[in-house]
Amino acid sequence: MTIAQTQSAPSVDFDGILADVHRIGRDVVQPASADVDSAARFPAESINALRELQLLSAYVPAELGGMGLDVVEIGRICEALGHYCASSAMIFAMHQIQVACIVHHGRGARYFDDYLRNLVDQQYLIASATTELGVGGDLRSSICAIEVDGDRFQLTKKAPVISYGQYADQILVTCRRARDAAATDQVAVLVQKPRLEALSSWDTLGFRGTCSLGFVLTADGSTEQVLPVPFDAVLSQTMHPYSHIVWSSLWLGIAADAVTRARAYVRGEARKNPNLPPMSSLRLAEVDVVLNGMRNNVNAAAADYRRLLLENDPAAFNSFLFATRINNLKLASSQLVVDIVGRAMLICGINGYRNDSKFTLARHLRDAYGAALMVNNDRIMAHNATMLLALKEA
Amino acid sequence: MTAQKVREIVSQHGRLSVPVAQLPDEGDLYGAGLTSLATVGLMLALEEEFDVEFPDNMLSRKTFGSIASLASAVEELSGRRASV
Repeated sequence: MTIAQTQSAPSVDFDGILADVHRIGRDVVQPASADVDSAARFPAESINALRELQLLSAYVPAELGGMGLDVVEIGRICEALGHYCASSAMIFAMHQIQVACIVHHGRGARYFDDYLRNLVDQQYLIASATTELGVGGDLRSSICAIEVDGDRFQLTKKAPVISYGQYADQILVTCRRARDAAATDQVAVLVQKPRLEALSSWDTLGFRGTCSLGFVLTADGSTEQVLPVPFDAVLSQTMHPYSHIVWSSLWLGIAADAVTRARAYVRGEARKNPNLPPMSSLRLAEVDVVLNGMRNNVNAAAADYRRLLLENDPAAFNSFLFATRINNLKLASSQLVVDIVGRAMLICGINGYRNDSKFTLARHLRDAYGAALMVNNDRIMAHNATMLLALKEA
Repeated sequence: MTAQKVREIVSQHGRLSVPVAQLPDEGDLYGAGLTSLATVGLMLALEEEFDVEFPDNMLSRKTFGSIASLASAVEELSGRRASV
């Protein structure tokens, strides 16, 4: 079992790509963000702008026509988008997680190689259906199973959440390997245009544009669409680390944008009385320490994961040391984003609290509170508590 | 002997989806439903029973893959302790 690591194309100018992301961020993503939030609607214009930049295939290796960006670079794009619209950034991040699962675990299989080439041409958007009604949020067990008949399959899954499901071209769905397989004996299937029957609405505090409704999903297709490795390998080597890295990256973007607003506010205060630094400048210095710590943590985890991918040692991903470390990144960043936005709001005062001020941090704060809940921190903490019982060395 | 005792502990703490009696000593425990988190309870019970400590580098799928690999790990660790 090997993981095919993406190699970036020598011609790729990452600084140029990042500048383009900031350009669409300012021109398209940010202007739409208030309406996306208030209407809880899919940010179609943001995703289309990312499509025009060919960024939905940014992680596809260069030999299949993609940009071959690595996880560190994908994380930086998520962070950049997080400055403008957290929902758009989250949709982009979730899509990249699915692309990474296919790139790492589907490469070499003809169906998935062809699929990745088509992804470059068509700029498909991929959603994910992992949790299931009845399993209590546990990704590592499924009730539903693929029903295989010859080289065809059928699948029905009751998913409490499929973010942007109605807007996706494909959905990567977990299920049991066969009708008689154990609950933990899972595979991931890339289903094409499934039938989706809504089970719930999506009217939440934050991340409103992700449209994360629940659905009954029904799909059929060819057995070639099943990823050729067991889902537990996909999860430990890719889905788990990649998710927490790209999510933390976009939460970093939310936090950094809040601090940018706080800086602008403090500068304004300082201009009124240039000889005496305002009280809030101390608070700004304080929050800058916290933001730096968060950024260093995200960067270090992304760089370590990239290194492990290049070393191509699947056993390294199965270690409790790696799993707890990635969980620690998620726990820390999801709490820090709330802390940092809260500190920025204290600096901006009533101008940060208002919805109608250029310093508003209302959406930042509402979005920030979602971070601890998507894969609930208590569940992650309980997993770490178990794994730490086994680890001897701190 | 060790394998028989390991088998009992796997049966009590492995949370497998099939009866352990149906598995040969070389049978794949992960294939039988062993999860990474369940290996922790299994390891703690083995440490208690055999008075050994699994070092971090032995907490791998290789060690926990089968009753036979667990028995040989336990024997290796007991031998290590006896020779100290």
